Amino acid sequence: MKLRLSGPSAWWAQRLSAVLMLLFATFVATSLVAHPVAGYGQWRDWVAAPGVSLAFVVFFGALLVHMWVGLRDVVLDYAKPSLRLALLGVVALGLLGLGAWLLVILLRLRA
Amino acid sequence: MIEPSRRPVFLDLTKIAMPVGALTSIGHRISGIVLAASAPLAVYVLALSLRDASGWAQAAALFAQPVFEAAVAISAWALAHHVLGGVRHLLTDFGIGASLRVARRSAWFVNLGGLVLALAAATAVL
Repeated sequence: MKLRLSGPSAWWAQRLSAVLMLLFATFVATSLVAHPVAGYGQWRDWVAAPGVSLAFVVFFGALLVHMWVGLRDVVLDYAKPSLRLALLGVVALGLLGLGAWLLVILLRLRA
Repeated sequence: MIEPSRRPVFLDLTKIAMPVGALTSIGHRISGIVLAASAPLAVYVLALSLRDASGWAQAAALFAQPVFEAAVAISAWALAHHVLGGVRHLLTDFGIGASLRVARRSAWFVNLGGLVLALAAATAVL
């Protein structure tokens, strides 16, 4: 994936990640309606199931890409040019931190 | 050299009569920022619920806290409006509902649907 998302590639990344998140939401909703989880054990086992964990990884990836494109647009639209780079750096660091946290959450289930 | 326009500039957003689509658009941006701001809290609750049985109980107990309930209600509106508006965008990308008449109707649908879904989610969860 291109790291510098801008122009048409940002537009595509925004749309593709949106569709992936819609698919994930549909998957989670239908799955939990069909098999409701009651209590910690069932919740943990459901998220830890390989297929579900994979769906979460795809969702988290799409979420971070989508947040990057959207927050980048907000910064570029409203921040003074002198502040843009610093703010984009803050957003990027925040998203990387969020991604690392999400990875830890999923990896702890396998430990 | 181009002469600057002499036309009066009036940009008081609180007094401009905005078309319904403008409210949908502004709402899409505000809801996106709200969702981004609430993401760390959501990840925290997810981590808590998956940590152990006591973490799960703590996460469940959060839903009885008024401050947390308010955050959930606001996030529910943001999510509903952002998803509805996002689907509207995707359909428009394919030329569906791009005519002014349909676009205005779908804008109303998004604005009101976001509020209705948020209310439904709030009463269901809280």
